[in-house]
Amino acid sequence: MSDRAYFDYLLRLGDDSLVLGQRLGEWCGHAPTLEIDLSLANVSLDLIGQATYLLGHAGTMEGEGRDADRLAFHRDALDFRNCLLVEQPNGDFAQTIARQFLFSTYQRLLFDKLAASPDAQLAAIAAKAVKEVAYHADLAAGWVVRLGDGTQESRQRMVEGLEWMARFVDELFAMDAIETGLSARGLAVDKAALRLAFDAIIARTLAKATLPPLPSHRPVLGGRKGHHSEHLGHLLAPMQYLQRTYPNASW
Amino acid sequence: MYTTELQKQAAVTSVEPAELLAAFEARVAADEFIEPKDWMPEAYRRTLIRQMSQHAHSEVVGMLPEGNWITRAPSLRRKAVLLAKVQDEGGHALYLYSATETLGAARDDLIDALHSGKAKYSTIFNYPTLTWADIGAIGWLVDGAAIMNQVPLQRTSYGPYARAMVRICKEESFHQRQGYEIMMALAGGTAEQKRMAQDALNRWWWPSLMMFGPPDDNSPNSAQSMRWRIKRDTNDQLRQKFVDITVPQAEAIGLSVPDPDLKWNEARGQYDFGAVDWEEFYAAVRGEGPVARERMQARRKAWDDGAWVRDAATAHAEKQRARQAA
Amino acid sequence: MSQHWPLWEVFIRSKNGLSHRHVGSVHGADPDMALRHARDTYTRRMEGVSLWVVPSAAITASDPAQSGPLFEPAADKVYRHPTFYHVPEHIKHI
Repeated sequence: MSDRAYFDYLLRLGDDSLVLGQRLGEWCGHAPTLEIDLSLANVSLDLIGQATYLLGHAGTMEGEGRDADRLAFHRDALDFRNCLLVEQPNGDFAQTIARQFLFSTYQRLLFDKLAASPDAQLAAIAAKAVKEVAYHADLAAGWVVRLGDGTQESRQRMVEGLEWMARFVDELFAMDAIETGLSARGLAVDKAALRLAFDAIIARTLAKATLPPLPSHRPVLGGRKGHHSEHLGHLLAPMQYLQRTYPNASW
Repeated sequence: MYTTELQKQAAVTSVEPAELLAAFEARVAADEFIEPKDWMPEAYRRTLIRQMSQHAHSEVVGMLPEGNWITRAPSLRRKAVLLAKVQDEGGHALYLYSATETLGAARDDLIDALHSGKAKYSTIFNYPTLTWADIGAIGWLVDGAAIMNQVPLQRTSYGPYARAMVRICKEESFHQRQGYEIMMALAGGTAEQKRMAQDALNRWWWPSLMMFGPPDDNSPNSAQSMRWRIKRDTNDQLRQKFVDITVPQAEAIGLSVPDPDLKWNEARGQYDFGAVDWEEFYAAVRGEGPVARERMQARRKAWDDGAWVRDAATAHAEKQRARQAA
Repeated sequence: MSQHWPLWEVFIRSKNGLSHRHVGSVHGADPDMALRHARDTYTRRMEGVSLWVVPSAAITASDPAQSGPLFEPAADKVYRHPTFYHVPEHIKHI
């Protein structure tokens, strides 16, 4: 099945995990406590693992001999298909948690559906990943509650973190022509249908955290067609530097 | 990772009952384990707290030089391996702090001692990681030296320390292998990669030899630590063993050890090797290592930046308790 | 200076059929956090199928100085062990 649309879809899934895994890796050695350092590294490792499987599968589907590393390290920002949410900088711990909370909640709903994909390989990847992601979502939700209902300062930071990240939520559920077409063939999840469940989970946690509902923003889109924030280029530069500098080397 | 005993021995001020002391020494001499609530000489307790917390600090600071390359690892596999390895160092710090806390030392106080410069950590982490090959060299040489130091500590006399070391040694067995694998790939790679590999070996070789601590004739605390089974081989014995094992590994992948005096001694069945520059070692102990200041700044910043998070969680837990009580 | 997170002792059941075993400790502000920290610290290599965390302060331990009175009186109660009893060779299933 050489299918550009489906290849593109797998890139979206893989790039989300890759970019967020890369972001969380930046925390290593710098977290608020040693235990939190270990927790964040575990999440990052799960995501890098998912990216490896998903991009590997994308490369197979493409059929042009590109493996996961080729796709991760030799594409330019314009060819990355991740959502804008995952490329947002770590900021303070509240920003990181806000990003994780929103993304993992979405990813959990998505992978839960993908585990029933007619593409057996993708179904297997999603079935494994959905357990990892469920843990990420719960871990992040726990921190949203602690920070939201903690001190004056933590509450303020949590509000600010969510305020910033909320603008990227609509993109998570946006269905463009590619996904609508694939969805009609049963190959992609109708993400719009996940939104109600997502909103309910978010609202429940925010209430528990005594936080206000997510603010509404004009949606910021573009990631799925390669139009990213300025942050992605800076994320890719160090990530790809060795592979790009020594294109013929193996590591 | 490992740290050598760097600070002077605690002076014993109080007089301890001779019969307790004798019973303790006899138990240790018989290779019995001492457990947290057992009676122990104050100097033993203090030496352990110092050695174990230095060891834990070394693991924490050791996350930084390698963490420096997580975002730049050259493949997804290397990235995952490196992240898992650096995470392990954090885990090992945790096991060691946890064991130290059984002696009545609070972790936050130990961390304060590190940040204020009162506590030491292994000088090896005050060297910079300049190229990807440094990640290979650290795994191969630094972890190799650490493992050699740590294996005997699995039989150290203090139970919680010994148990932590068993766990650490088990987990670290992959650390050295992944490092050597990186070096192998580089040494068998392009001209640029070979250059990186040789350069990394050149820079990490001597600091790795220093990890075993000062020469035996200048290691004043060794005798007592050996008697107490909190050290089980002498510095020079371990250093020699390390050289003998590592030189053939370098030769096997076509790298040369940067020591003109290195020569196989048929009579001894061991390598002769050149003199370690102990001036450099003591300078590094004094905090004059190339990146000592940055390492401590990074640790302090992480801790200070995280203060509001720790406070928030405490405040939330208190609110929860109050709600449950109401 | 902020108040320290309390210490929790961590126990792992390595597989069903075995009891939980003490492995170390973590710091955590609340039980849920302590459990997650225990998971992220002590089960990274499939070490367990079940975790307990117990506030360290909740443990009452015996005093080693009392180990004589506590444990030595059991030493001469050999009649609690089956080998204490003599049964002729030809008697089976006992």
